[in-house]
Amino acid sequence: MAKKFLSGNDAFAEGIRLAKPQVISAYPITPQTIVVERLSEMVEQGLLPAEFIHVESEHSALSCAMGACAVGARAFTATSSQGLLYMAECLPYAAGGRFPIVMMNANRSTALPWNIYGDQRDSISQLDCGWIQSYAENAQEALDFALMSYYIAEHKEVSTPFMVNLDGFVLTHTYEVVEVPSEEQANAFLPAYETENKLDLQHPRNLCFSAGPEHNLLFKYKEHQGLLKVQSVVQEAEEKFARIFGRSYTGLTESYCTEDADYLLITLGSIAGLVKERVDRLRARGEKVGLLRIRYLRPFPNAEIAEAVKRVKSIAVLEKDVSFGNEGTVYTNVNSALQKAGISIPSSNYIGGLGGKNIAAEEIDAIFDELKQERTKICFVGLENETDDR
Amino acid sequence: MSLNAKTLCEDEFFYGHKACAGCGGSLAVRIALKVLGERSIAVLPAGCMSAVGFNFPQLCFGNNAIISTFAGTASMMTGIEAGLRAQGVTDYQVVGFAGDGGTADIGLQALSGAIDRNDDVLYICYDNEAYMNTGIQKSSLTPFGAKTTTTPAGQRIHGNVRQKKNMFEIVCAHGISYAATASIGYLNDFMNKVEKASKIKGTKYIHIIAPCPTGWGIASDETVAIAKEGVDCGLWYLAEYENNELILNYKPKQFSDIKEYVRKQGRFKHVSEEDMQIIVDSRDAKWAAINQNFKMG
Amino acid sequence: MKPYLREHVPSGIDDIPEATAYEAGYLVTKNAGWRNVKPVVDQARCVGCLQCYLHCPEGVIYKDHGKVSIDYDFCKGCGICRKICKLGAICMEPEKG
Repeated sequence: MAKKFLSGNDAFAEGIRLAKPQVISAYPITPQTIVVERLSEMVEQGLLPAEFIHVESEHSALSCAMGACAVGARAFTATSSQGLLYMAECLPYAAGGRFPIVMMNANRSTALPWNIYGDQRDSISQLDCGWIQSYAENAQEALDFALMSYYIAEHKEVSTPFMVNLDGFVLTHTYEVVEVPSEEQANAFLPAYETENKLDLQHPRNLCFSAGPEHNLLFKYKEHQGLLKVQSVVQEAEEKFARIFGRSYTGLTESYCTEDADYLLITLGSIAGLVKERVDRLRARGEKVGLLRIRYLRPFPNAEIAEAVKRVKSIAVLEKDVSFGNEGTVYTNVNSALQKAGISIPSSNYIGGLGGKNIAAEEIDAIFDELKQERTKICFVGLENETDDR
Repeated sequence: MSLNAKTLCEDEFFYGHKACAGCGGSLAVRIALKVLGERSIAVLPAGCMSAVGFNFPQLCFGNNAIISTFAGTASMMTGIEAGLRAQGVTDYQVVGFAGDGGTADIGLQALSGAIDRNDDVLYICYDNEAYMNTGIQKSSLTPFGAKTTTTPAGQRIHGNVRQKKNMFEIVCAHGISYAATASIGYLNDFMNKVEKASKIKGTKYIHIIAPCPTGWGIASDETVAIAKEGVDCGLWYLAEYENNELILNYKPKQFSDIKEYVRKQGRFKHVSEEDMQIIVDSRDAKWAAINQNFKMG
Repeated sequence: MKPYLREHVPSGIDDIPEATAYEAGYLVTKNAGWRNVKPVVDQARCVGCLQCYLHCPEGVIYKDHGKVSIDYDFCKGCGICRKICKLGAICMEPEKG
């Protein structure tokens, strides 16, 4: 284990080096570029024995990764924003094919207007494509996700592709001290990829076939079960991870000062760092506030959310996303979790950070302040106008 | 010894499929796989051959085979080849079979990328000159004059008004390791080109004309004969590209009657005398270019 | 070697594979019902030149003691074999019924 001063992209690349994918196919896009530059340098320096394929588009990046996975190779790709949308056809294809590809997505705004900065509309727009989706808070978690994602994705009962999301620039380009595990530790953690879901010269198979109405629903049910299985496999992976690396994670969500909280902010990604700081300050003033950070958006942590909110008076969901014409998608999902658990409390939606707009500390304080009003509203952070349609 | 009906491998790798009776594309796929054998891995995009061969639980490829996305034939081939190589596997042939639309339209970018990287794969375009799987729509390889369901032969448009894209020379312009044209009317030529390609390292491309009885408006037993006639009348040609040279494999001493070829097909039923002259002129212009630029093999 | 008809037709959630991957060359239905006419080889005329075998889009014509035979389970009756045969050793006969 060595301590290094790394950006989120650099840290993720270190994690991928340790996970040893056999095929890497990637196409450059800001702000993902550095991760693939680092990986190609690692291949060049002999630190990573992988085939690095210079594909001509993101569609080909994921198509190539599927080909590699279809012969049992561990595959990696990375993208962002327009690139993610350009490869969108391949997303449900990889999930339906049960190919446990790992992809890093540098969360970035989607055009129009053009904008290279971070929001989460790119990945959240692809929430229903059958991939596991996780959101890192900091560079250390990014590196750890790189290793854990393969363990979880390749698990026999999961066999599902995994998209690790890092907030563009705020996380991908910000430097912090990161513990980089040794290769021995990584090898002890991550087993080799073994599967029967592959083309095999000894036992020929036909892959990625059609299935009519009689079978289609059954395959889709199995795919759904694979994703639902992630919850228990995450726990298994994190226990093993803690034993080997000495760092602990808390499953699909992270609770911060939630036990006795009256008012809870739910969010995801790097903004959680700032929210934690504000929670500490408000707590010091005696305010019973807390944070629930969603680490995995798929599978969705319904039970964890219901558990965390069962004693709170009101919640707010802060997200860098909006489903135009409705509300933030994370908010929709959170409300669904509450409804299923029979919890009826005021919940508000704060849509912020679009196109990389900074969310200020005061704005977070204001959200906690408004939570005391115990009402339901939907608004854009920094705008006076509420967008509530009810 | 060159390959022929007697020396060709007796195993069948594409069998029990649901292609239309007399399908030229399925014949091209069948023959290529017999040449390449059991260690070939076939990649087929969404299209006729995947639609007729992969309906679980009726799986018609005896060898390893996979459906790719429509645009992703070449890129998936690249991944398969790289994945096997990364695992130290040797002695395999990754082969793609995409139609004209999957090759010259939606799959062109990925194909160009694979050739640019010189990935060690064999890409076979079975060209039936329209989007047949979706019901005969124009592709960029639909020939001038042909009626399709998106180029109706009415008062204003006499079918497709554009010439067929010169896909073979587009591929050659990449400086590809090996490329060839072929026809299911000349299977011996095709078989030997497939075998030759399989022994060359790098990207290989074979463009085979494979008539579609349904889309061309011919009887199911005409497929092979009409393909042969297409070559004999000079509307298609048998050639290779190797070592930066274009080589013509076969030059008809005298072209057979182009009108006869055209009139036999329902898709050209409406073609006027003026249209016919355009077809003849474009053939002659093509052959002038061939005579100038191709080495006689 | 060729794909062949299987007795077992996978169905139901526990019987189908987890992923879209299955044994290659697994056939559960025939194509015989597609035919209106069927090719019949006149063994006396056949010289075993194999052009019909070569040009069959289905691969249903196979070498048989120096001549050819046809797998009628999968022949669709397209007639390419009859047309390609220079010796007229194949004729198309109407299917009964």
